[in-house]
Parts: sequence; C-alpha cells; structure tokens
Amino acid sequence: MGTWENIDVIAKKVRNKKLSPLELVNKAINNAKQAKEFNAIISLQEDVAMQKAKKIDEKIQNKKDIGRLAGVPFIVKDNFMTFGSETTAASNILKGYHAPYQSTAVERLESEGAILIGKANLDAFACGSSTENSDFGVVKNPHNPEYVAGGSSGGSAAVVALDVVPFSLGTDTGGSIRLPASFCGVVGYKPTYGLVSRFGVIALASSLDVVGPITSSVEDTQLILDVIAGKDGKDSTAVDREKSYITDEESLKGKRVGVIKQFMEHGLDGEVRNLVENKINKITQSGAVVEEVSLPILDEALACYYIIMPAELSSNLARYDGIRYGHSSSSAKSINETYIKTRNEGFSSELKRRIMLGTFVLSSGYYDAYYKKAQLVRSKLIADFEKTLSKYDVLIGPTASTTAFKIGKNINNPLQMYLMDIITVAANLAGVPAISIPIGMSVNMPVGMQIISKQKEDKKLLGIAREMEKL
Amino acid sequence: MLTNEELLEKYELTVGIECHVQLNTKTKLFSGVSNDAKNAEPNTLISPICFGLPGTLPYLNKEALRLAIKAGLALNAEIALYSKFDRKHYFYPDLPKGYQISQYDEPIIKNGYVDVQINSEIHRIAIERAHLEEDAGKLTHPSGADYTLVDLNRAGTPLLEIVSKPDIHTPAQARAYARELYLLMKYASVSDVDLYHGNMRFDVNVSVALSGSKELGVRTEIKNLNSFMNVEKAAAYEYLRQSGLIERGGKVVQETRGWDDAKQKTFSQRSKEEAHDYRYFPEPDIPPVRLDRKLIEEIKSQMPMLPHDARIFLKDRGIKEENIEVILDQPKILDLIIQLPKGTSNNIYVRAANWLSNEVQRVISENNFDIDKDLNLTAENLLRLSDMIDDGSISFTASKEILETIVKKDVDPKKIAEEKNLIQISDNGELDRIIEEVIKSNAQAIDDIKSGKQEAFGFLIGQVMKKSRGRANPGLVSKILKEKIK
Repeated sequence: MGTWENIDVIAKKVRNKKLSPLELVNKAINNAKQAKEFNAIISLQEDVAMQKAKKIDEKIQNKKDIGRLAGVPFIVKDNFMTFGSETTAASNILKGYHAPYQSTAVERLESEGAILIGKANLDAFACGSSTENSDFGVVKNPHNPEYVAGGSSGGSAAVVALDVVPFSLGTDTGGSIRLPASFCGVVGYKPTYGLVSRFGVIALASSLDVVGPITSSVEDTQLILDVIAGKDGKDSTAVDREKSYITDEESLKGKRVGVIKQFMEHGLDGEVRNLVENKINKITQSGAVVEEVSLPILDEALACYYIIMPAELSSNLARYDGIRYGHSSSSAKSINETYIKTRNEGFSSELKRRIMLGTFVLSSGYYDAYYKKAQLVRSKLIADFEKTLSKYDVLIGPTASTTAFKIGKNINNPLQMYLMDIITVAANLAGVPAISIPIGMSVNMPVGMQIISKQKEDKKLLGIAREMEKL
Repeated sequence: MLTNEELLEKYELTVGIECHVQLNTKTKLFSGVSNDAKNAEPNTLISPICFGLPGTLPYLNKEALRLAIKAGLALNAEIALYSKFDRKHYFYPDLPKGYQISQYDEPIIKNGYVDVQINSEIHRIAIERAHLEEDAGKLTHPSGADYTLVDLNRAGTPLLEIVSKPDIHTPAQARAYARELYLLMKYASVSDVDLYHGNMRFDVNVSVALSGSKELGVRTEIKNLNSFMNVEKAAAYEYLRQSGLIERGGKVVQETRGWDDAKQKTFSQRSKEEAHDYRYFPEPDIPPVRLDRKLIEEIKSQMPMLPHDARIFLKDRGIKEENIEVILDQPKILDLIIQLPKGTSNNIYVRAANWLSNEVQRVISENNFDIDKDLNLTAENLLRLSDMIDDGSISFTASKEILETIVKKDVDPKKIAEEKNLIQISDNGELDRIIEEVIKSNAQAIDDIKSGKQEAFGFLIGQVMKKSRGRANPGLVSKILKEKIK
C-alpha cells in the first residue's frame, strides 16, 4: 500500500515528463486486476483510458496545456454518468445503461487531464452501509476480505485503500463517503451541500446527496475539491465556491474544538473510543481549546433521516418504470404489469423496503405525522448546528461507533444496519461539511474520526483536518 | 315530471373552472429545449431532462416566472414573494419522471379576479390561485394496435393553471369567463392562446343544488375542453343532467367526465374511488422562488393594455358594445383604433369601428387571412378614407370598395379611388348636364312628381347615379334636381 505519491506530485512529474500518463494508467489497470477478489470495481475502461493517456501524452509532446491533474488515473462510484461505459448504480434495473451525457464532476476532472479508468461498486442506488446491497456482489474490506468495506461508496473507498488509484469519487447521502472511508482507513470528504454539482449523478435523496472525493491524504482532498467545486448552471441547488480550497495546515493554537457528546455515546466501541480520545489529547496539546458539547437533537437525527431519505428516494426511483430505458420486464402484458414486473425484477429487497417506507410516509393521512414532522426536526437540527458551530471552529467525534463488521453479520437486520449511519447522518441533514480521517487501527481494522464545520467553511475545515491528520 | 325550464328554476348551478395556459417561453420550464412543439416530429424536442434520464436535474426557466407574474397582474392577483415547487406522483407513460413538478401549497399567484360582462351586466369571478407546472407528454393509441405511442415533445412545457372560485352560476357566465381568460392571456402576451393546439384547456367543475340552498352539491369535473362553446355546452349539459338525476331521486357521483363532441354530451371517465394519492412533497431539486418586489414593479410598469382598459377606451369613443367585442378578439384590429391620432372625433372612431368589425372581418374571413401576416391596413389609411367621405370626394359605397384593397395593401386610398374612377363628381357643370339629360328623357316621372308621387323623385336620383356610374354625390343630385323641377 501507499505506492502513489501525492496527486499534485504525480501531476507535476507528468508535466515534467518524469512520468508518462500511459505508465500511470497501466499501473492503475494492473492494480485493479490484481485487486479483483475485493470486488470493488464494476467496470474497467482500459481502452478508453489508454486512448486518453495517449492524447495527453501527445499534448505534452506538443507543449500544450494539459491541466492540473494531467495523467492522474481515478475511479468514480458507478452512480456517476460517464461517457464510454455503462452506468448501473449497481442495480439490475440499470444494467447495460449508457448515458448520453457526463456528470459535471467527472467532466471537470477530465478537463484537468485526470483519466477515468473504471467505475466502483456500491450499494444499489447508494442504499446501504456495507455495499452488501449491490446487485454486483459485496465489496470486501482491503484490510480483511471477510469484512465489509462500508457503504454505500464501498468500492470507491476500497480502490483508494487498495492503492488502485490515487483518488476516487463517491456520493454521501447519510455517511456513504465517510463510513467506508473510516472502515477502509482512507480520507473521505462530504462537502457542504451544493458545493459540488449533482448533475449527472443518480439521485438517492436530492436534499441530502453530495458528491465528494476519497483520497489517502487531506491535501489530495483539497486539490480534488478545488477542481470539482462550483456552480455549473445545471444544478439549481448549487452554492457559490471559494476562490481556492488549497491551503496549508491551519494551526490548532486557540482553535475551539467541540467534542460532540452524543457521538461518544451510541454504544461506542471501547477501542474506537480510546483512539478518538488519544487524538483529542493530541489536539489539546497542540493548543486547541477542547470542550464537550451536547446537541440533544442528534438523538432524533437517525429517525428523521430514515423518513426524509426514503421519501425522496421513492420519488427519485419512480422514473425506473421500464418504459424508456433500463430493464423492462419481457413477460408484462399490460402497462400496469410493465410497471409492477419491471420494478419487482429490477429492484433489490432493500430498495423495495425503502420505496415502501417512502411511499408510506408521503401518503395522505400519514404525511403530517411523518414527513412533515421530520422536516420540523430537520429545521431544528439545522438551527442547533448553526448555533453550536457559531461557538466552535469545528466539531469532532468518531465517524462510526465500530470498525468494519463481518460480511453478512447485519444483512438480515435492517434496523441494525441503519444504526451504522447514526453518527454520520446529522451532517447531511444540516448540509454542513464533514470529513473522516484515519486515526489508527483497532484489532487490525481502521478507525476514523469525523470533523465537522459550518456550511461553506470547507476551506477552513480542510486546513484544520490537515493539521489534525498529522498529529 | 318537471320540464327542463322548471328543473333549471328549481336547481341552481355552481361552476368553478381550472384553466391550463401554455406559456409562450422559448424553451421548456426546466430544460433548454424549444417549447414550440406545434409542427415538430415526435420526440425531436427532447433533452435528457425531459426524458427523465437518471442524474438529470430541473433548472427553472426565469422567463416562465416573468410570464407567470405578467399573467398574475392581468388577473388582478397577488404575486407571491415566496413560492415553491412540489412533486406530484403518479405512474403513466406520458410522465417520464413518475412525478410532475407543480406547485401545491405555495403557488406563485393568489387571490385575483376576472370581471365578465353579459348583457351589460358585470359579474366578478374570483381567482383562487394560479400555479406553474410542467406539461406531460402526448400518447396516441393507433387503432387496432396493441401498443401506445409516446411523444415527449410537450413534456416539460410550462403551464400556468388558473383556478377560479366556484363563482360561476350560468353556462353563459362559464363561457364568458373562459373567453375573458383567453383575452387576458392574449393581451398580456403570456401565451399564444392557440386553442386548436391546446394552448388553453379548460376543466369545468359543475355541481347543482336546490335554488337558495347554502350548501353545494356533489361536483363532477369535465376535463380538457378547448373551446368556449364547449365550456358552455358542457356546463349546460351537466346542469340539466345533474338536476334531472337528483329530481328522479338519484345521486350525483363525484367523478371525472369527458365531453363527447359528436354526441354533444358528457360521459363518465373515472370515479373518485379510483383517484390517485399524489404524495405531494416539496421538490428538493429546485430551491423556493423568492421574488424581488422590484422585478414585479418593473413588469407592472411594462404591462400592455388589457381588455378591461381597451373596453373603456372604445366605449368612451362611442363605439357600440357588439363592435367592441369583435375588435377585442383581434389585438391588431384594436391597435388600428388606438393608433388613430389624438383629437379624432367620435364619429370617425365609430365609422372606423364599423368598418373594422364588418367589412374588414368579411375580407379577413373570405381570404382566410393570417391577421399578423396578411393584414396591411394602417390607421393612417383608415383616416384618409374617412376624410375622403367627409370632404365629399367619395361616396360611402365607394369607401367599402376601397377598403377591400387597403386591407390587403398599404396604398393611399386616394390613389385607388382615382384608379377605380370612384371620385365623386363635384363639378356642378358636369352634374348639371347629366341631370338635364335625365330630366329630358324622363318626362313621365317629372309629371308624376308634380302630381305628388314622391317615389318618382327617388327613381330620378337613381337614374342620375346610374348615368354617373355611382360617382355623383347623392346629396348634391337631390338638391339640384329639386331646384330644377320646381
């Protein structure tokens, strides 16, 4: 592990002809093939990637502008629309689907010369916490193949941990970047809601979904965010970006750091607690003012999340009806049968469960009791977060209450599985940025710490995370 | 058994109308594809967004917002400074996303009204709300085929749904309201209001109750009417059907009905039990719309003349009501009147209005004119023509002949009068000669007049007109004749 240098170093070497894009793509493809047993990748675009590498090579020979990420290979979660490959969302209902357009995030990376080599495995439609809900099979943890990689961006986290590529993209609706990053021992970043365009990314829950990078260092995360952040005129929920997200480590001296009390409860594993507390001690020693802070509303966050998310999901998945694209049942004899059979055959049981939940909470007679109440809780949570974050530079806690669990352990207990998100969902509901950084190993499995800041303070958050990462 | 008249006396009608107006934006409500599906081949005006492809996001067309504001101002309504979009869910092949983006509880327009006039009586019909939403696609079911064709050209076209309060109580009012909405949308230039192409579609909610009763009866909704006449007919048909049903001891079922134009009756389509639970919730892909007062003021200051003001303008100039309504139907015709110079006398306005609502209409319909392209009449020529009558250079009959030409071509009416030899004979010498000739060759008539038979005088004038080939000024002829016979 750790055979890739920092992304800006790789790009610089490419510019200086010390590394060739072809070499880099070859290395990534070989690594991907060697890591096959982990099932982290749904499709590889070897030929397309090699052609792109050649083109960049030509540009270098002709002394043309090649961009800030020239030659750097990457992988995206298979819910990003990309040219030259199918986009499946790891669901049978979209197998073989080719999009006629590309997601903005991929478009921006490619326009800086980065080379997409493949699409990563995920829980179908990003619904899951372990990537066990993929119609393409489970992703295995790079540190122990008997364990899950976390989800739903399990493949994206695993390919970085497995050293296949220097970075990947994932999506995070309730922790889907941070949780697998924590389980796989890499850096997973969920930006402020709207900072990266969602255009061209298959929606799970539109008011919660964000696009973010998975890398092996915060410094790399800064660079990738700097490339992909900002409005594109195609996503009306997008927010303004800062000029640059590239900063040095921010000194912790005098910084106010709140340790979220509720994150340290919830059946927190003893060893995970020890590692987080060790880190907190180092943060204190670096001159930060560390206090415990209580956000009682967090006890309602998971319930609130599991109403809003399925409601939006049930709506977002309505378009997969077998009429225009994707799987269409061949045995259907009427329009109603087309709907029922197509969706029954195409959606896994977890998706059906969430569609049912979402349809229920939006139904007339139940809307007020569930969806509307959840929205009220969400508003309160946003307000409480804002109030608390006005007193602190960042809030911290563990990313997950445990390390990765064994494959199959929670698969028949959806409620236990949903509890995996208990620490991560709050940042999505509040729309604030949050990052998970590795802080050590517990019984040979990685542990992550989460750092949260105010909306749109992504730059400051990353500067602080860089410093904390060093400790 | 009560007669129909007695039934309608016994029961009172209540009607509310929902009208879908297609806004004439260049592009669709949420994507940059052309909005003009009129003559396009199926599925040529579509983007990944209208096709509901995975990963697409709606992006609100600001022009649609402006048009909605304009429409709201035309409806004398409040423009909401805060409004939002919601998703309305149902499965149907013409709905690519499985939901329609609409506005549920926070529409952009609230609390307006429309005044309609029937037999000089004004009825005020309240507008409850108007909201923006996207249209669905179009399905065609080829006869005999076991498939249905889907055309998504129309999917995503911006619609404004205008919902009236149940303030309408006669079929004639229903028709007048529909027509007034049409005029308002036309004058505010927010829609092409092409009824044939479904630019305005009316859903009419009808209920009846015993006259004087405070409670409303069970209503039926007649969907998708696209002419004022059908709005009136459907309301009248349901009025009678529901009254008769109740009178016979039956019950009106809440349901959706269609209008069968061939049979001239409504028919049951779908009952309430089959109604959808639309599972509305706020559209997370589009942030709420927050309007700036300044924008509303700016649009207000640029509002064109609306039918109400046009009516006052025409009425103040002495034009008769029946002509006013004909003129209002064609803004270009109205423009001709408005363009007449200040200080023009009411007589001339009335004369112009008469021409415009009679002869000009005849030319338009006989030649199948596209008013916007083929009508080349100018206010200047109208005025010149009128002046030629007043200064005696042409007869009123000749003016109509000249009108026929200047409707089609922008040429000086005087030139046409000369070309067609229509200038009246104002030279007394020439007229004198013709009259002398007529008197000489009609001795019998002169005798008749002298013995008191006045009809013969008219005959003589006719003879003079004939001899002059219509160019003689009849007033002058009469005067000279009288003098000569005396």
